[in-house]
Amino acid sequence: MLFYSFFKTLVGKTVTVELKNDLSITGKLVSVDQFLNIKLDAVKVTDETKYPHMMSVKNCFIRGSVVRYVSLPPRDVDTALLQDAARKEAQAPR
Amino acid sequence: MSNRPDSDMVDVPVARDTNEPLDLVRLSLDERIFVKMRGDRELKGRLHAYDQHMNLVLGDVEEVITVVDIMEGTDEEVVRLVRRNHEMLFVRGDGVILVAPPQRS
Repeated sequence: MLFYSFFKTLVGKTVTVELKNDLSITGKLVSVDQFLNIKLDAVKVTDETKYPHMMSVKNCFIRGSVVRYVSLPPRDVDTALLQDAARKEAQAPR
Repeated sequence: MSNRPDSDMVDVPVARDTNEPLDLVRLSLDERIFVKMRGDRELKGRLHAYDQHMNLVLGDVEEVITVVDIMEGTDEEVVRLVRRNHEMLFVRGDGVILVAPPQRS
């Protein structure tokens, strides 16, 4: 639940999602769910010459399982809060 | 004073004392860790968050990707290291192979 809550705080921010097939998509985070599926608006593929078929894609849904990384705007991440939340989550019985 | 000399020893091991593998990761919070990833990728960065899937948030990340180019004709393998930096990075847990705590000197 930690990362679900975390991504919810980043809704509206611009992120870059790198997929496991090396495609990188930058866009505005619209929504996220418990599987960390992601919806992006105003998307732009980082290497457009390599993936010309993505040029017409304006918004998209990304299945959580195909994500490798999400690059985040560092100013919008409260690292102290994040570390406290991680410690708290580790404490909670699963 | 207590008449049980070892009473403070008895009080110490309470609930959070259980030792499981993820405790090693918990103790690495706010430290620079090494992460080996699938696809010949290695990350070094400051650990800000993790969960039971090994999803991570790392800060000031240096990524090194090992790329093997096979030369045409000769089948000769040329190993190339690609380096990238990320200020703040979420890493999906299913790509993580291992997490190593920082070197203590």
